[in-house]
Amino acid sequence: MRTNQEMFAELDEFIESVGCNPSELIAILHKAQAIFGYLPMEVQKHIAKKLNINVSKVYGVVTFYSFFTMEPKGENVISICLGTACFVRGSGKILEQVEQFLGIKNGETTPDGKFTLTTLRCVGACALAPVMQINGKTYGGVKEEDVPNILAEYM
Amino acid sequence: MCNKINSQKDLLNMYENVKGLMDVRNFVDKDEKRFISVCAGPGCAALGANSIVENLRKEIKEHGLEGKVETDITGCFGFCAKGPVIKIYPDNVFYMQVKPEDAKRIVEDHLIGGRLVNDLLYTKEDGTLIKEQNEIPFYKKQLRIALNKVGLINPEIFAETIATRGYQALAKSLFELTPEQVIDEVSKSGLRGRGGAGFPTGKKWSFARASKNDKKYIICNADEGDPGAFMDRSILEGDPHSVLEAMAIAGYAIGADEGEIYIRAEYPLAVSRLQIALKQAYEFGVLGDNIMGTDFSFHINIKYGAGAFVCGEETALIHSIEGKRGEPTLKPPFPAVSGLFGKPTNVNNVETWANIPTIILDGGDNFAKVGTEKSKGTKVFALAGKVNNVGLVEIPMGTTLREIIYDIGGGIKNGKKFKAVQTGGPSGGCLTEKDLDTPIDYDNLVAKGSMMGSGGMIVLDEDDCMVDIAKFYLEFTVEESCGKCTPCRVGNKRMLEILEKITNGDGTLEDLETLKRLATVIKDCSLCALGQSAPNPVLSTMLGFPEEYKAHVVDKECPAKVCKGLLKYHIVENNCLGCGNCARHCPVGAITKSDKPSKNEHLMAYQINPDICIKCGTCMENCPAKPKAIER
Repeated sequence: MRTNQEMFAELDEFIESVGCNPSELIAILHKAQAIFGYLPMEVQKHIAKKLNINVSKVYGVVTFYSFFTMEPKGENVISICLGTACFVRGSGKILEQVEQFLGIKNGETTPDGKFTLTTLRCVGACALAPVMQINGKTYGGVKEEDVPNILAEYM
Repeated sequence: MCNKINSQKDLLNMYENVKGLMDVRNFVDKDEKRFISVCAGPGCAALGANSIVENLRKEIKEHGLEGKVETDITGCFGFCAKGPVIKIYPDNVFYMQVKPEDAKRIVEDHLIGGRLVNDLLYTKEDGTLIKEQNEIPFYKKQLRIALNKVGLINPEIFAETIATRGYQALAKSLFELTPEQVIDEVSKSGLRGRGGAGFPTGKKWSFARASKNDKKYIICNADEGDPGAFMDRSILEGDPHSVLEAMAIAGYAIGADEGEIYIRAEYPLAVSRLQIALKQAYEFGVLGDNIMGTDFSFHINIKYGAGAFVCGEETALIHSIEGKRGEPTLKPPFPAVSGLFGKPTNVNNVETWANIPTIILDGGDNFAKVGTEKSKGTKVFALAGKVNNVGLVEIPMGTTLREIIYDIGGGIKNGKKFKAVQTGGPSGGCLTEKDLDTPIDYDNLVAKGSMMGSGGMIVLDEDDCMVDIAKFYLEFTVEESCGKCTPCRVGNKRMLEILEKITNGDGTLEDLETLKRLATVIKDCSLCALGQSAPNPVLSTMLGFPEEYKAHVVDKECPAKVCKGLLKYHIVENNCLGCGNCARHCPVGAITKSDKPSKNEHLMAYQINPDICIKCGTCMENCPAKPKAIER
């Protein structure tokens, strides 16, 4: 684990490399999320100060885009594809099954921090629909009854 | 060979030097050389395309074929349904559903033994085997212009881009044409924006050229947000240089020296390919200062999106590049007058850009030979849903839906009945059986209540409920509405609530009228195209399937048996075995023994109490009887 200080130093280095330019805010937030894993208020305030803009501006951007999160993510991130091709082949049911199995709703993280459940729209593997991804690995042609076995790999 | 290209002559010399690289892939049989290209599109990659290449290389080495046989990963071939797919040049043999362990057979049988590996070939319905790609029905009616290099070249090797005439269109523009002539050529081609609305590209460029300013921008919209469309991703992954080249050409034509590519952060491979391509382009002097020794300079930056569908709208996209919330603003002023940082800006989407080099090199008139009267060239569609051949297809404008779904797509999966096809994603609509013979172009699709959109094409069958599909798209729009204007933020939410009411079985005929009224208001009053087109999926399904909406609100039935709230589970006594499996699995104890005999004389049949039933379907899953005793 790196210390907070080291992480902030890395972030500062990046912010300075783009000339503390507010139009680079989204790129900076991407970097910050890659460093910290999420974007807590502390980080947002820090960025606002560095760019000399209001923290409300930073917060406004963070909450606008679905990629940014203010909650830490679990160890494993499960993404169910809810693109149209997957939806018509039953990905809605897969989502329900995972929700039931883990006891959390879409967007939540299990209390033990092991799994975060999210949805996404189209990974481009429509031939394999319905598709789910865990930590970027794609599982295709998922059936409801496969869910426990797939998740077991990460338990 | 890292020499800066300093003139058109340098580029053509380099082309002469490296064009031999493509000989084998151009079907020239030379010294028995072979090239195996392995599709690494998202579908094939998920099924192990990388291991196939690894294993092939290992086998090639073990059999001493190095230097003679090469293999590499290329962009998407499009035939995702049969992935992973590989192609052997110059034999023109197409193998599909290849597994990593097939590498040995391919090397030993095909390459050494000269025998086809029959079970990996395409098999027609009558059992005949097809060996060549262009003979496969999926490819027969396709024409590749935007995708012409995707799947042919290794996008990370610059020489292969040069060997396929890369950057020659830019050189031709800079050395042989005036900016006006470039715009003329694009206008003559009849190319229209491939991102959605279909605005004539030449006209767009001429507006941006006409704006006087010391700074102008070119933007590539690679924020492909339509759920179920992945053509832009395939182009960026398979042929990133064509997009860079086209942006530079536009920069020359309108007088811009800077370009931005706005790309979804969810496309890591496309991003990395673009980064590699950019680096190469700068190294070789086909981008940067004084391109190919001329006084024209053009720089390109990559900007990342962060997951917001509305950013596909050009004004919203521009705000996002400026580091702000991606909210749209009223047009006019159009970006051509006041765009990025208030400067004149020209925005085109990836597929539009990918057509430009061909138009400049081969002439606008030539391009205009393909297509219909008002829609020229081709369109790439991501064909998916309940169709046999899911994949990426590029067809000439004017091809009919029937040809796409039945000839290219191989018909409906599992022999089910065709119901509708959805085009244009959340902004489009559904076309029905009677539209199957309509030639596809921008105007015809709009006239039928849908739109071209970015090119998602989802086939629906008898098992799909149209109300549920409309609800699906509206859920998407509600989630993605930026919230700036009230009709879109509030109106769509109200529409969604009504649809939820209907699918729960509480809808009334009055609700249908309210839906229509709301839809009209949202269409007329929303600020940007997202809101203006959001009601389309609802309106077009109401128009095409009025009886299905009526069944939901009047008969309280979902004909496709999808809407949970309208399902009624019951047990057919004549099929019931009396085993009680259903009752044991029912989570709410809604199933009890009845006083009627089951199929199994000495046992009584079971019954479901509809007041307790939560319609989870567990009973149906656990019923061992054949046919199942539980129906809905």
